[in-house]
Parts: sequence; structure tokens; C-alpha cells
Amino acid sequence: MYQYDEYDQRLLDERVAQFRDQMRRYLAGELSDDEFRPLRLQNGLYIQRHAPMFRISVPYGNLASRQLRKLAHLARTFDRGYAHFTTRTNVQFNWPALENVPEMLAELASVQMHANQTSGNCIRNITADPFAGVAADEVADPRPFAEILRQWATYNPEFAFLPRKFKIAFNSAAEDRVVLRVYDIGLDLIRNGAGEPGFRVLVGGGLGRTPILGEEVAAFVPWQHLITYCEAILRVYNRYGRRDNLWKARIKILVKALGVEEFRRQVEEEWAHSKDGPSTITEAELARVAAHFAPPAYEDLPAQDPAFDAQLAGNKAFATWFKRNVRAHRQPGYASVILSLKKTGTAPGDVTAEQMDLIADLADRFSFGEARMLHEQNVALADVRRQDLFELWQAAREAGLATPNIGLLTDIICCPGGDFCSLANARSIPVADALQRRFDDLDYQHDIGEIDLNISGCMNSCGHHHVGHIGILGVDKNNEEWYQITIGGTQGNGTTLGKVIGPSFALDEVVGVVEQLLETYVELRHEDERFIDTVQRVGIEPFKTRVYADRQPHRKPAHV
Amino acid sequence: MSDKIIKNGRIVADARLTVTLAEGEAPADIAVPAGQVLVPLAVWQARRDELLSRAQSGELGVWLAAGEDVAALADDLADLQVIALQFPKFTDGRSYSAATLLRSRYGYRGELRAIGFVLRDQFNYMTRCGFDSLEPPTGRYTDEQLEAAVASIEDFTQPYQSSVKDPLPLFRRVDRGTDQQVQA
Repeated sequence: MYQYDEYDQRLLDERVAQFRDQMRRYLAGELSDDEFRPLRLQNGLYIQRHAPMFRISVPYGNLASRQLRKLAHLARTFDRGYAHFTTRTNVQFNWPALENVPEMLAELASVQMHANQTSGNCIRNITADPFAGVAADEVADPRPFAEILRQWATYNPEFAFLPRKFKIAFNSAAEDRVVLRVYDIGLDLIRNGAGEPGFRVLVGGGLGRTPILGEEVAAFVPWQHLITYCEAILRVYNRYGRRDNLWKARIKILVKALGVEEFRRQVEEEWAHSKDGPSTITEAELARVAAHFAPPAYEDLPAQDPAFDAQLAGNKAFATWFKRNVRAHRQPGYASVILSLKKTGTAPGDVTAEQMDLIADLADRFSFGEARMLHEQNVALADVRRQDLFELWQAAREAGLATPNIGLLTDIICCPGGDFCSLANARSIPVADALQRRFDDLDYQHDIGEIDLNISGCMNSCGHHHVGHIGILGVDKNNEEWYQITIGGTQGNGTTLGKVIGPSFALDEVVGVVEQLLETYVELRHEDERFIDTVQRVGIEPFKTRVYADRQPHRKPAHV
Repeated sequence: MSDKIIKNGRIVADARLTVTLAEGEAPADIAVPAGQVLVPLAVWQARRDELLSRAQSGELGVWLAAGEDVAALADDLADLQVIALQFPKFTDGRSYSAATLLRSRYGYRGELRAIGFVLRDQFNYMTRCGFDSLEPPTGRYTDEQLEAAVASIEDFTQPYQSSVKDPLPLFRRVDRGTDQQVQA
């Protein structure tokens, strides 16, 4: 993974010093709350329901073992012994003391980590395919480009006060593993007819109150022009994006208002001035950054391993875990493992200091010292020898990290919700908890098969409910928590937004409703049909009819 | 008007008055005071011939509200010694792009002043986007604070990206050979 040189490190150290001084002036009364707010937000610091929340950036989800150990150390020293992994490959602490944050930033900087621009109306943490470099369906490794763009976005003086937040993601494979179409800019690394890499550029996607899928603004931008093209998009947005209404300030609203053709024309006009200018990426710079992402020193291993096959055949629990939590690797004899942060009884994405230390140890022992965060709030070890899987599984199981539920019902994506977040309309963790407890039975989960159940505590959609096969959204009605349910959303290549099935439900009804949705699916499914396939085939009506048949007709209309 | 501004990295006394149009006032009718002033774009456009010699001498400058297109001044740049761009709120970032365009696309070389909610924690970004003159709200900072603020303009010694101040991105500005990794 990327290692800082003296320039990266100096910049980060200067940032830490800058924020330390800003915090000092805030505590001394020299900076007002309003003046301090964007400064602290761009350093990851929110003021939350109970305490500050501190959001650390993990660029494109890559974590070194020493960085995991540092996070564990921070959790023990400055928080309550755990952290939360988010859908944007950030790490959140929920209980730090305000005045400790500069020290936490200094600790992070010592392992090349930071909280740069993890909030505020600026370019946020850039995400990329968690299986970059190891997936068999990869076109080219997107991480060097993600790192080059990260550097361009970091402390960028022109785009620190955009109309609204701005999120960029990279994918570069047959399968979309980052939900490219829900990003402000989605960059799909492809090759043209001559085999040269470049980007299909999507723009104007986003979830939130007005979910919109991104549209193609450029079919192919050669890689050398990645920065200048993105800069042109950002400049058009910074100048013309709405600033009068918080809810209409994302770039998706500008793109919709102009139409993608007119937006493209403006971007191209802007780009014409900077194309081939100094920000054009050089071969040397790409080579410098790409060298950091060279494949690790794989051993030559046989594609077949009878001893491993015997382990699989001899242990049903191991075989189940292997089937659900292990992914194919392009290198013979290797596999990628997904450690589940979705054990029943734990808030989805929460991970203790001990678990982070253990993941670091597992990464060192089995995966070249690196781990990757997934937007589904799990952690992958990307480069594991197949012959080590059994030992890894045993160690992970002892630490509660081997629940064989990846892609299943209890692998719930869930935001922190009203228990922590001051933006939330409703709590989401108790909903996830109730669902996990009700559907904990693994045989049942395997019978139901692959299903994405996503929960957000408010319209901001951090829990990606719009793209869940079943999506649950917390809404506030007269200071009561209600839950609106959508079905039919999907992530991946055919990303679609779910449809609301009808009026919302009280907290204690949600589990029953999900149960009825699943029963309806079981009754209607064809052989080998997943929940989402059945919904797409029969539509939402049969589900809706079933759920509302026995319910009172007097409920309030749903918010949309 | 501010009594002290930062110009080219130094604190200097300044008495330039920013003329604003009150509601109902017509650009053609308002009185433009004598002495150093900044007038709104609409006033400049309505009375260019009348104001031209004062502009050429640098006594009179033109200020643009955030969102007003700098292209409106494209043909006047040779005659203007002072242009100001307004920050209606310090969180409104449009004037960063306006400054960048004015300097890099239109090649403006005169004084470029930030007016409005110009706060010290944005000085670094403002100067990198091409502002050489920073006018914080009158009385906002003590002399001591202003001194510290001037020092903070250099918060980042080698920024990553290309900007007006650093036309080359870091990867073209310095040699980032592959053998100088920091061991953390």
C-alpha cells in the first residue's frame, strides 16, 4: 500500500499543527462556534448527541497492521475501547473528549493516518474496490489513481468550501463493488480499444433525501487527464451549484437542473482550458505511486490442494464459513477472506480494540500485513494462502469475527443512528439488533439466501437503505420513531433504488414486517431465485398486500 | 473599510472604502466618494467612461459579489489596478474559483483583494488561489492576532496541487523519487 514520502509526512504534520492551534484558539474563545465548525469538520470532528464524534479517514479502505494497532490504542486511550467502521471506509470514535482530538490526530499522523476532510462541504475520503489488485475480474488496479486524486483533493484551496459535501469512488472490474452510481463522481477505470487505461466518468449520483443515480458525463477520459477533468467538474459545481438550500446543494441537483448534456458541455468548456496543463499526470508520477501497489511476494502454490480439500470435507462449520466469507483470488493457492463485523449482539460495523489488534495480528501472519475495509462494514484480508485458511478461521472465530453471514440476512448495513448521531430521526442499532436476534438461525439465513438489508436512521442515508433489497429508513413523526420500508433496491452493476411499500411502522412492528416480506418471498420464489430476483419478477404488490393486509388503514402516510 | 489589511504577506494600513448599493439605489445615480474606493460591478459597468481614469490610477477598484462572473471584467483588466471578490459568508467558496480564473485564465496581474467574511483560517487557501490582499472585517483581529495570521499563510510549505501560487503540482515541482519513503 501507499507509503508516505517526506512531502506527504510534512504536509500532514503541518495540518496537525494547524488544527492544534485552531483548537487552542477555540478553547481560548478566539474562534466562535460558527467559525470553528467547518475547521473541526474538515478535521473529522463532529459535536454529537452525547459527545464529540471523531471520524478518521481510511483512503480507499486500505489499512496496514500498524495502523489498526494505532486505532486500537486510540480506542483504549481516548474512547471506550471500540470504534465503528462506516459505509464510507471511515473509522468513527463516539466518545472522545474535544480537547484530546489534536493529540489523537498527532498519534494518527505517526502512522500516516488522518481525519482530513472526513466531513464538511469538501472532497471527502475517496473509496475504491476493496478487492483491487486481487479480483479476477479487475481491468486495472484503481488504487494508484485513487491515491493521486487523494493528493490532489487534500487541502485543495479552491474546493474546501463547496456548496455541499463531495464524494468520489473508483471501480475497475466487471462487477461494481463500490456502488459507483451513488457517488458525486464515479470513476470506472476501463481500457479503450488500444488497451490504454482511462475513465468512464459518472456524475451526479447520491442517496440522501433525493436519491439519484449518476449519469455518464464522459465515456473515456485518458488517465493522464484524471485531475484536470475532475477539476473541471468541481469548478463548474463550485461556481454554479445551489447554495440557497441545503437540500438542493449536491451536484446531483445541478446536473438534473441543467440536464447531463448541458452539464457535460460546461465541463468540457472548462476542461478545454486546463487539459494538457501542469496537472496532467506524468508517466513518472503514475509509476512512482503504482510501485506502492505492486503485488506482494506471492509463493508459487498449486491450484489444487488435497490437504485443504480434506479440511473442508471434514469440518462443516469451516466449510460453511469458507462458502460465505471467502472469495476467489487471481493468484493460485490464495484467497481473500471477509471478517464479519456483524455478529448478533454487536452493532453492525462496531469493532473492539482487542479485535482490531487481532485483525492486525492476522494481517501480519496471513496477509502481508494489510487489511481492507468494505463499504458493507466488514474487513477483508485480501491475500491469504489457502493452506492458512483453517488456522485463520479458528483465530477469527474465537474473536467473534467469523460469523458465516457475508451477504446474508444478518450482514446488515447500519448507520449509528439516533443512539449517537445528532442528525438521526430514529435509532437504527436497535432495529438491526432485533432483526439479527430474530433471524440468528444460520440454517434459516442460508435458506433465505443472499439478501442485502440496509438501515439508515435518517434521510442522509449513511446506511444506504435506498439500495438495500430491503431498506429501512428511520423517520420522525411528532417526535416518535417510525420506520419506512423499501424493497427492490440493489447495489452493484444494475444499481436500482428501492420502492416504498407504504405507510411506515413502529419500532416493534419492523421485525414482523421483515418476516412477512421473507415469507412472501419463500412462497413466491422460483428455484434458485434470490429475494431480489423474486421482487424484480413479481413487483412489490404481493409483498405490500401481505404486509398491510392485517394492519390498520388509519396510519399516517409515509414521507418520501 | 478596514484599518489594517494584509498585502503581499505584510500588515499595512488601508483606507479603501467599499461602496455598496442599497436597495432601490441605481448604479447610475449613487455618489462615488473621492479617494480610494471599491465600487460594485454594476456601478463600474454603468459608468465606465466616467470612472476610467480613477481606475487606471488605482484609486478606484471594482468588487464582485460571489457568483458574479469574472468574465464580465475580461475586457477591463488592463485598466484595473484593483479588483475585489466578496465572501458573503466565509463558507461560501465561489470566490476561490473566481480568483483562480481571474489570475490563471484571464491573466490579471493587479491587486486582488478578498473582502467580506475574510477570516484568518482561510488566508492560506485564499493566497494560494491568487489573492494578494486580504481585508478582514474591521476590528475582527488584534494586531497580535494579525501577526500570527500572517505567519499562518505559510501553513503548508509544499502543497500537493497546482494553484495560482504554485502553478506546478508537487509531482512536477519536486523530485519525488521512489527511494525516500518515511518509515512510520
